[in-house]
Amino acid sequence: MSALEVVVRALVTLVGFLVLPLIVGQTEHKVMAHMQGRLGPMYAGGFHGWAQLVADGVKFVQKEDVTPAAADRWVFRLAPAVALIPYLVAICVIPLGPHVVGAQVDAGALFVVAVAGVGILGTLMAGWASANKYSLLGAMRSAAQLLSYELPIVLSVASVALAAGTLSLGGIVGQWSPWWLLWQLPGAVCFLTAALAELQRPPFDMPVADSEIVFGAYTEYTGLRFAFFLLAEYAGIVVMSLFFTVLFLGGWRGPFADQLGVVWTLLKGLLVAVVIIWFRVAWPRMREDQLQRLAWVWLVPIALFQVALTGVGVVVRR
Amino acid sequence: MSDEVPDTAPDTATSPAPGPAVPTPPRTVGRHEGHQHAPARQGGLLPGLIKGLATTARTLVTPSHTTEYPDAKPALPPRSRGVIALTEENCTSCMLCARECPDWCIYIDSHKETIPATTEGGRDRQRNVLDRFAIDFSLCMYCGICIEVCPFDALHWSPEFEYAETDIRDLLHEKDRLGEWMQTVPPPPALDPGSAAPAEIAAADKPKRVVPERTAARTAARPAARPAARPGPAVGAAAADGDGPGA
Repeated sequence: MSALEVVVRALVTLVGFLVLPLIVGQTEHKVMAHMQGRLGPMYAGGFHGWAQLVADGVKFVQKEDVTPAAADRWVFRLAPAVALIPYLVAICVIPLGPHVVGAQVDAGALFVVAVAGVGILGTLMAGWASANKYSLLGAMRSAAQLLSYELPIVLSVASVALAAGTLSLGGIVGQWSPWWLLWQLPGAVCFLTAALAELQRPPFDMPVADSEIVFGAYTEYTGLRFAFFLLAEYAGIVVMSLFFTVLFLGGWRGPFADQLGVVWTLLKGLLVAVVIIWFRVAWPRMREDQLQRLAWVWLVPIALFQVALTGVGVVVRR
Repeated sequence: MSDEVPDTAPDTATSPAPGPAVPTPPRTVGRHEGHQHAPARQGGLLPGLIKGLATTARTLVTPSHTTEYPDAKPALPPRSRGVIALTEENCTSCMLCARECPDWCIYIDSHKETIPATTEGGRDRQRNVLDRFAIDFSLCMYCGICIEVCPFDALHWSPEFEYAETDIRDLLHEKDRLGEWMQTVPPPPALDPGSAAPAEIAAADKPKRVVPERTAARTAARPAARPAARPGPAVGAAAADGDGPGA
């Protein structure tokens, strides 16, 4: 791999990383608005407010960057980067097409799960360093949530890897066949639920429950650093949607996969993202104890059952 | 699942309390389905979640009712309380509006002018001349009492509402600006079919007062050369004639 190729791949990945979350964010603006009988942004950029998030970004840049006097200065300022960069790393290894991938990694599935788990450190750092009780509570909730929901994610990913016989994301898509939709259905449900929780998206947004703890770990943040946390949330949706697509929906598989592979992946990913948005609009927030109960009483057993089912399937098929 | 994770279904809170049995109405498919349908507990958590998804999906495909205001002007009813307009000619500076105003936001200055007598030996008349009439819309609470109390219809509601200012002092509208608003005052809405005629028209259309026989005879007798009272409408006419100068 030449140096030029490395630079081009890095740049394309970075552009995708910056653009895809904006597309998801704009989709959320519009879909949520119409689900609530509104129109959403209509002015920025002229056509149906397409540039609303760009305008928001400009606004965030103009705002003052405040660090609280009592805050742990360096940790506080570093936290947004720690929250954002893991998703950038994760998106590098998710294949969009047979040969369209930022970096070819053999154990891609493991890598994405591991890296996505780092992102929560940013929230923890932010909560601890803010010298604010609400921030600290939010961070503790985030940590508890991550601990509970990492397990179902890992188990569902393990199930798919078991079924495909490989940890490589490209290999998983290669092995995928449509009847997996049924075979891996419990795992898919588990994964999607746990991914929602890991992203702290409603109905699992206890760490930022505004009626209880203001805005959780992000309470003290302003300006660009706050924008980075928001970007991290949407980048997380992109990563999880694409990861779900690759694992459970067959990635680039579809008619004319040779030419349209990337389009298929992005389209399926967008569909998953819309479903994630839909859940946010339709469902109320869960209580902290309900959230823990759901993870340990339901998701972990279902994921374990899925692993067993996959094991039986693999043995029978052989 | 319902028993394990309670109280998350959106419709549990709104479902009717189990009480003395009112027969459940036949299930209708519509927006408010959740309110009519038997307690959500029976359905459990999952149907509640699905119902939530269905409701939002249905709203998604329904066109929204939003009117995009600056592009599409609202169709306001003629009685909307937008701004208060002044017909300066009707104002007699009686100060009723200024005194009734709960916010004291009406400012009136006037002076008296003497009109010389038109006839020889007559008395000079005085009338009020309006110097200043101003309403401070930064104080006005749009109660409309000034319009109600004005005895001469000098104040009117106009539906015009786009007069926001960047400086609060510019919300003090002097009488020339209040007069300009008159052009935006819509004609009064037509009366409902079958309603009583307006007071002015009713007065004009009222048949002449029929004077009772005895009074009419006495009135007719007093002036010397009046013909005797005749029956019918002429009685009224005669009585009316007699009333004028005699009263």
